[in-house]
Amino acid sequence: MKQPDLLFKALADPSRRKLLDRLYANDGQTLGELCEHLDMARQSVTQHLELLESANLLATRWRGREKLHFLNPVPLQAIYERWLSKFEKPRLRALHELKRRLEGELQ
Amino acid sequence: MNKSTFVYVTFIRTTPERLWSALTTTDFIRKYWFGMTCESEWKVGSQWKLSFEDGRVADRGEIIEADPPRRLVLKWQNEWKPEMKAEGESRCTFEIEPVPDLGTQAVKLSVTHGMERLDSKFIQAVAGGWPSILSNLKSLLETGEIVLQSSKRNDK
Repeated sequence: MKQPDLLFKALADPSRRKLLDRLYANDGQTLGELCEHLDMARQSVTQHLELLESANLLATRWRGREKLHFLNPVPLQAIYERWLSKFEKPRLRALHELKRRLEGELQ
Repeated sequence: MNKSTFVYVTFIRTTPERLWSALTTTDFIRKYWFGMTCESEWKVGSQWKLSFEDGRVADRGEIIEADPPRRLVLKWQNEWKPEMKAEGESRCTFEIEPVPDLGTQAVKLSVTHGMERLDSKFIQAVAGGWPSILSNLKSLLETGEIVLQSSKRNDK
């Protein structure tokens, strides 16, 4: 699979996005730390982490015998440049604001 | 390794030698680092400094390890914002590894930037900058052009 395809595949799964969010909140966690508060089998978390690493969204470093997981934001920057910045940001922002207001009013 | 550490990884179609040169050549750095000037002799023990276009020094430090074209480790201290300067030295490691699996000549560049303290404001600040700098570096080496012309940091 090509790198951009891997990247979007990695991001397409809610559990993997949750793992990225957890690393964003607290970077450099061990597998054990990542598994805490997550309703997911340790083995599933391992598989998700492997896929995130193959998409280069995750970098690992060893601290003694502990393997630490770091969120690597560089591929997200590439998505931003390729898929977001070229579309007109002010208009997108206005639309986003409109959606937010309308949905807020409905509640 | 501690909580104020970030790791950035990018794969670049180039050779380790060209990447090393890109990381240590002032004129080349200026192209992908939003006009910033970075000067050093890039030898162990030598000083380095990063300056804005108007000459103000943004950051400075010392070269701790220089093993071309594989590994470069810098002490790194902010000079430009008092609250960040007060945090003291951070450490930034550049590692360059060839990646034969990718077919064409390709290298993996890992940048690890951290400080021995929790919730460093400085590390938070540089964290926002590295992805766009590395993105520009990759693009410049692969296509000869940069993608982003300005950074949030320079707008301040």
